Amino acid sequence: MTAPGAAIRIRNVSHHFGEEGDPQRVVALRDATLEVARGELLCLIGPSGCGKSTLLNIAGGLVAPSEGTVEIGEMRVRGPLPREVAYVFQESALFPWSTVAENVKLGMLFQGVPEAEREARAESALEAVGLAEFAQHFPDQLSGGMRQRAALARALSLQTEILLMDEPFGALDEQTRMILGEDLSVLLAEHRKSIIFVTHSLGEAAFLADRVAVFSARPGTIKKIIEVDEPHPRRPAFVTSAKFHALRDELYSLLHDEIRKTVSESALARASRDGAAADAGG
Amino acid sequence: MAGRPEGSAGAVIASRAVQIGFLISAVALWHLATVRGSVSPLLLPRPDAVLRELIDVLATGEFLGDLGVTLGELAAAFALSAAGGLAAGYLISRSRYWIEVFEPLLAGAYSIPIILFLPLYILLFGLGPASKIALGATISFFPIAMNTIAGFGSVEKIHIVAARSMGCSQYQLFRRVLVPAALPVIATGLRMGFTVALLAILGSETISSLSGLGHRIVHLAENMHMARMFAYIAFAVAIAVVLNVVATLLEERGKRS
Repeated sequence: MTAPGAAIRIRNVSHHFGEEGDPQRVVALRDATLEVARGELLCLIGPSGCGKSTLLNIAGGLVAPSEGTVEIGEMRVRGPLPREVAYVFQESALFPWSTVAENVKLGMLFQGVPEAEREARAESALEAVGLAEFAQHFPDQLSGGMRQRAALARALSLQTEILLMDEPFGALDEQTRMILGEDLSVLLAEHRKSIIFVTHSLGEAAFLADRVAVFSARPGTIKKIIEVDEPHPRRPAFVTSAKFHALRDELYSLLHDEIRKTVSESALARASRDGAAADAGG
Repeated sequence: MAGRPEGSAGAVIASRAVQIGFLISAVALWHLATVRGSVSPLLLPRPDAVLRELIDVLATGEFLGDLGVTLGELAAAFALSAAGGLAAGYLISRSRYWIEVFEPLLAGAYSIPIILFLPLYILLFGLGPASKIALGATISFFPIAMNTIAGFGSVEKIHIVAARSMGCSQYQLFRRVLVPAALPVIATGLRMGFTVALLAILGSETISSLSGLGHRIVHLAENMHMARMFAYIAFAVAIAVVLNVVATLLEERGKRS
């Protein structure tokens, strides 16, 4: 995609935890370069620990990269950008002491929306995700799927151009996840946001994405980018199409080796750790 | 959530009935022991004599001065320990290092019987209310400070990250995220602090003091006015129960808001 003026430009971003020479040092991400076009939904998929969530947090300014730069619009990202970027996290990041409506309005208060506007914007955001009747409920009175809808409403109400979603449906069951995915596709067709969506579900990536960036095992780097040429909103019938299956199969074969690598590496690491412990003990 | 299942409401009524039945039989036993039995009225006066004294205490308003002293001491002690405990707890909770340094110290101090320092406090602050206030404030400082540390320490990281991502200021983070997240645990600390302050103050009044409910009870005992002493004990217990119920209700409200 060569849309004029990318929404997000990620250039040569690397990230590590711990210093050089430290045995605990982990290189989470190596030299990732990626552009997200305006109005595009880009999925990041990869084995666990490949740094896809780290990259998402770097893109939104929540984590400063060890190397490389991120630009949003014309701006270099150096910290959170609440006017440009909204997040939906995996776990329930709703505040449990506030009602659903208060949660949505609190986000706008933090962002600096005038009080007069908050009420109406909260109402329409909750309407959009189908939670208007649950505005006065507390998060723990809702199901997991409804909580993530509420989190999405909070993000939508901020009216940012960019939405960063970190496995937002990861904790939900397969069926709820499918329905939320369909609804999200409909919403996105209306709102035209630029989105990075981290997932470990092949089906979710194939169903939602305009492009899928497949990560290699740690140290994570982008192995391949696959385009999904299918307009939003995606119909439920897309899931049963030959195109969807071909996509899913391609993603599966790309990921399969990486996941094997991750599993055997962690098994090796465990074996060597246990070996060291046995030596120390003997 | 409309109403509880009937079984649980029935169970509450049943357990209340057992509790009330237990109280009634305790009084009945007391009555039998003193009227029919051979228990000396010097050790245990008759329940009706205690009731007459209690009515007299209430009707004459004799209790007002002592109650005022005890409640005044309690209010002053609690205000000091709440202000000190909340401030110290919050400041310590700001740094992992300070938590590691101070939490074991506070926990250790909480587990020693601080009432043993009463003689020192009396030397420092005199026999009057000041020594009771100082002791009550010291004892209740620890649960308040420790629960404040625990409360601010229990804030979910994801809530802080989410608030930051939406652009909250430092003040908004404190007021809208840290305080409401920590409040349930802090409210419990305040309630515990209040209860131990009341115990410490009544206790130290009975050991050495010039006025207050504890002082009155010991004074009556020393003069062998046993029925009136029991009346004052019943009165002090009733006051303590009322105060603890109020504190628990406030704690529940703190947890819900």
